[in-house]
Amino acid sequence: MLIKLEKRPTPSRRMLYITPVLAVIVTMALGAIIFSLIGFDGLRAVREIFLTPLLNPLKWQDLAVKASPLIIIAVGLSIGYRGNVWNIGAEGQYVLGGLAATGVALWTHQMSGPWILPLMGLAGILGGMAWAVIPAFLRTRYKVNEILTTLMLTYVSVYLLNFLVFGPWKSPTSFGQPQTVRFSADQSLPDIIPGTIVHGGTLVAVVVAVLAWFVMSRTIFGYQVKTVGTAPAAARYGGFSGNRTIWLVLMTSAGLAGLAGMLEVSGPYGRMVPQFPVNYGFTAIIVAFLGRLHPIGIVFAGLVLSIVVVGGEVAQTTIGLPFPAVGIFQSMMLFFLLASDVLVRYRVRRVNTSPPAAPAPARTEAAPDAGAAS
Amino acid sequence: MSIELTIAIIITLVGASTPILFAALGELVVEKSGVLNLGVEGMMLTGAVVGFAVTFETGSPWLGVVAAAFAGAAASMIFAVVTLTLSANQVATGLALTIFGTGFSALFGKAYTGKPLALFRSVFPPELATHPYLKVIFGYSPLVYFSFIMVVAVWWLLRRTRPGLILRAVGENDLSAHSIGYPVIAVRYAAVAFGGAMAGIGGACFPLVLTPQWVEGLTAGRGWIALALVVFAAWRPYRLLAGAYLFGLVGTMELYAKAAGGPFRILPSELWASMPYLATILVLVLISIRRNSNTSAPACLGKPFVPTS
Repeated sequence: MLIKLEKRPTPSRRMLYITPVLAVIVTMALGAIIFSLIGFDGLRAVREIFLTPLLNPLKWQDLAVKASPLIIIAVGLSIGYRGNVWNIGAEGQYVLGGLAATGVALWTHQMSGPWILPLMGLAGILGGMAWAVIPAFLRTRYKVNEILTTLMLTYVSVYLLNFLVFGPWKSPTSFGQPQTVRFSADQSLPDIIPGTIVHGGTLVAVVVAVLAWFVMSRTIFGYQVKTVGTAPAAARYGGFSGNRTIWLVLMTSAGLAGLAGMLEVSGPYGRMVPQFPVNYGFTAIIVAFLGRLHPIGIVFAGLVLSIVVVGGEVAQTTIGLPFPAVGIFQSMMLFFLLASDVLVRYRVRRVNTSPPAAPAPARTEAAPDAGAAS
Repeated sequence: MSIELTIAIIITLVGASTPILFAALGELVVEKSGVLNLGVEGMMLTGAVVGFAVTFETGSPWLGVVAAAFAGAAASMIFAVVTLTLSANQVATGLALTIFGTGFSALFGKAYTGKPLALFRSVFPPELATHPYLKVIFGYSPLVYFSFIMVVAVWWLLRRTRPGLILRAVGENDLSAHSIGYPVIAVRYAAVAFGGAMAGIGGACFPLVLTPQWVEGLTAGRGWIALALVVFAAWRPYRLLAGAYLFGLVGTMELYAKAAGGPFRILPSELWASMPYLATILVLVLISIRRNSNTSAPACLGKPFVPTS
């Protein structure tokens, strides 16, 4: 008996929504087995990572705080991925956004007023965008692959951060600690739920997701991005400029990553420190895919990934599971999701007879959103 | 510059270039078969931690290198199953592999933090290997000589052998190769496994040849630079050799500038550390200006192939 893949005439909607859930469940099951095999309490690890953050109300504020940057960055990335533009350097744009906001904060440190925070936000967005100007220019002008340029700039951004906080931006009162001065009240995000650590960034995340949903599904821009991504030739015929789309989506995703950086530095951190890059930019790539490149899906996926991050910290203290285990769970989720895409595009058929002769090959679309919801 | 200093610089340069050369050679074969595996960094980290662990536990760097190759190949098989058998998106799957390798190496490397490892030193007699002048020829780890052999071997395989011809055919036109009867998917599996093994060995160079201890994330983006290098070399092994050494030079420039003195001394070390990444971008720009970057890339690069019946 053989198993045969049969191309569906149209991608299965049902599978599109089921497979992300399936990917998470398979990750939990297989994760438990693998971590048991390598000498940890696998079941306990999975319970601590995936369930404790949900069941313990004390952890809910952590979830909101960690999900916010993930959602904001992933929404931006998903717009790019829809347009077949592979910005994987969101981590660097996030750092630059944080640095630009810090720059404004240091400059306005002796001032006060409600205008400072919005100015920092603007600086964050522009800082993120500035870091993507180089990849966007090189991609549109010289056809240089944006995957490598955005990623290379991420490494550079971390050195820039280190240079600034170990050097010119180091606080004179930090006793040699590499960190900037603490931001003033006017430079810090207010908490939106009194008594918790949930800050304004969570509100921004929700607004960004809803706005992106509206833009992608109800405006010409959204249609343009999707057309350029799936059918570049048709997009040209329809008068959509490929280069302009590349600029727009790269600036959008980088600007949002920069905004997330500003929200983080003025919210949870309150100052710039060398520990500022915590892989939100890379984790957001997983969030974007797990959310099916759809803004509303990304809200849920952002929550799932923040559960894993918060749960990873829980498992670290309760059962001594090293924190890098989180990366293994995250990558498993992405592997299973990508693997399960086959169920969206193909029907799995069992065949009892011998297969007919001369199989005809076919190539699937190379577009990244072949399995994306629209 | 004195002869001694020149020799010291050459030895540092060779050490810095060898891991990139291994990883890039592997990726070159992978891409020649029409597959784009962005997981090089992850496979290098996997190879690095396994190479360290096996060398530490057995005391034999030879076993460590073999284990690193197997570990890299094993990691690459996750990628192969997802992209080749299940025809998933190669870019996303490669990224997943890098995230996996980063987590895997950090998890298993923790136990080896702070433990010293003996370097994988030259196997030539000490009169040659530590001779003040001759060590520039004989003073390297066996891995260095192996990397040169692999450059020739990959060139020979791709250009002079029948399997190499089939591999290139699969990468240039998978549909035709399939209709002639070549096993497209099997060839790509083999290429991806080879790429994984080479990346694993490249990763093992870090603890075995460069710094004999475990440092989390010790490859520091060299896997990504290797990917850029394949483009830079226009998918040719000999140009890859030159490119890897060029990048080794850029990566160790701070040492030369410090040794030479002069105005460059005042540049912050963060800027020097950024040089390899900036140079990668610069090089990508230069080659794109000089030629249409799509002319020499394998025609089927990154496109999934699904034979249906």
